[in-house]
Amino acid sequence: MRSWFAGALVVALGLALTFLMLPVLAIFLDSSPADLLASLGEPGALDALWLSLRTTAAALAIIVVVGTPAAYFLATRRFRGRALVITLVELPLVLPPAVAGIALLAAVGPSGLFGGLIADAGIELTFQTAGVIVALTFVASPFYVRQAQASFGAIDPRWLEASRTLGATEARTFARVAIPTAAPGLLAGGALATGRALGEFGATLMFAGSLQGVTQTAPLAIYERFSTDFEDALALSAVLVAVSAAILLAVKLVGGAGALGDAARSG
Amino acid sequence: MLRAAAEAQLGDFRLDVAFDVAAGECLALAGPSGSGKTSVLRVAAGLVRPDHGRVACGERTWLDTEHGIDLPPEERRCGYVFQDYALFPHLTAWQNVAYGLRGLHRRERRDRAHALLERFDIAHRADSRPRTLSGGERQRVAIARALAVEPDALLLDEPLAALDTRTRAAAGRELAAVLHAAGVPALLVTHDFQEAALLGDRVGVMDGGRIVQTGSAAELAAAPASVFVADFTGAIVLTGVAERSPDGLTLVRLDGGGDVTSPEPATGPVAVTVYPWDISLAPLRTADPGSARNHLDVDVLSVTAVGGRVRVGLAAPQPLTAELTDPAVRALALEPGSRVVATWKATATRLLPLT
Repeated sequence: MRSWFAGALVVALGLALTFLMLPVLAIFLDSSPADLLASLGEPGALDALWLSLRTTAAALAIIVVVGTPAAYFLATRRFRGRALVITLVELPLVLPPAVAGIALLAAVGPSGLFGGLIADAGIELTFQTAGVIVALTFVASPFYVRQAQASFGAIDPRWLEASRTLGATEARTFARVAIPTAAPGLLAGGALATGRALGEFGATLMFAGSLQGVTQTAPLAIYERFSTDFEDALALSAVLVAVSAAILLAVKLVGGAGALGDAARSG
Repeated sequence: MLRAAAEAQLGDFRLDVAFDVAAGECLALAGPSGSGKTSVLRVAAGLVRPDHGRVACGERTWLDTEHGIDLPPEERRCGYVFQDYALFPHLTAWQNVAYGLRGLHRRERRDRAHALLERFDIAHRADSRPRTLSGGERQRVAIARALAVEPDALLLDEPLAALDTRTRAAAGRELAAVLHAAGVPALLVTHDFQEAALLGDRVGVMDGGRIVQTGSAAELAAAPASVFVADFTGAIVLTGVAERSPDGLTLVRLDGGGDVTSPEPATGPVAVTVYPWDISLAPLRTADPGSARNHLDVDVLSVTAVGGRVRVGLAAPQPLTAELTDPAVRALALEPGSRVVATWKATATRLLPLT
């Protein structure tokens, strides 16, 4: 009995792995490494990559600075409507990217609800790099906030209380106990948000457009090239795969060293 | 002096307590789980705000709901030793102790933390993280951490519960000495009456959110005010119906069979209490009755060695327990299934009205 079941598990894992890895490997196998490198030299490709990295970093900074305290509040306070607030924060997770783009246009686009207010403040978003950052922040922040809230929620509340009785204010407790003990989870959330932001396509295209060097991130550049120059699209894709894999690997390594939080909790 | 009075509705549970603890004294609140012990500590520390209440320590008022005073925990200066200790997992032992030391250079914080760890004999574990420490080591780090801030009062939640039985007695004696040396009011909660007796100068027994009786451990055991307190202090509780007997004593007909006698006046349904160490066992119908007035034929259900004594579980048919020494058990060849006579003096028999 056990042997056929174990066999079925192995077969299922094999199928999943093949299906998930085959397309990724194909990116690297479909053309020679030399061709890939040459394609990267094409003007626009490096611009797009650089823009992707910059906007993702900016979005991540905003998400972490605002999202960390917000997640802490949700994890440590019980209040009326808390479940509703959590659902609203998570909503962009399930929103189709095209809907996110339309929603952003309706809210802060030139003719949107707050478009006039934003224009008066001298801020331009559409067809601007700032618009890309807004789109990335919108779609990626729930990934971070959700994970951060779960990590703060898993902290032993007595650690926070012990800190208070030892003379630390709530703000100091947050900085000195909550963040360090939740760090592995916060890093994982940051990685998820980074991955989502790097891959973001639909909302950016609809809200900020696809101007080379200004709003054309790597995914947009891949889309623009794939019908005309498949080689170039492949080269950019290969770089994105490498960057994403590196982020995942880095988080796993840091997470391994920081597994202290979990071990201490169970010990 | 720590004075507190608080009323709070916590979910469907009502807390209503008042007590004071002198400097250098330890008040041990003892009660079963769910009796509200930990809530009392949390109110005192400012981790929970009662509906009505006052907490004052020395000259400072920590809480006065009538006058809108409610100092946050960080301004109360009380050392709190949490159940299971709640050491910070991301800090080493010395960093845990140094956490509350503010406004000092890193070097000075380190030296002070080390001095405290030295005092508790764990300086050699200063650079270890909590998860690598044993229960006893964690307990000492937690106490050092609470004392590091030079608190005006100490609050301890089940400080010995996380220790294994072998180290508990020694750790308890050490802790009692530490509490007296600290010279501040200490409030301790425990579910174990023996622990409360060991650590507390006074013991308050808690039940259903109230302190039902306060006194020295000996006073509580000698004169429990209720069946609950008697049971909690380790007495055997039997039920029966009392009537006056011609000799001026009270005769209790036990439910299920058997009679016992007590000098305490009572009539009607009563609880009979006696301590396991006051009961002696003898073979059936051979014993010289001596001066003891109470004799019950009992079946031996279990024989369990606990520390230096043997607890013998009996059915009379109501359950009771006798505590004997090992040689006594061997002399009587006691084993489950034996039938013997349980004997104790009428004066060791207390009666409490059954409500």
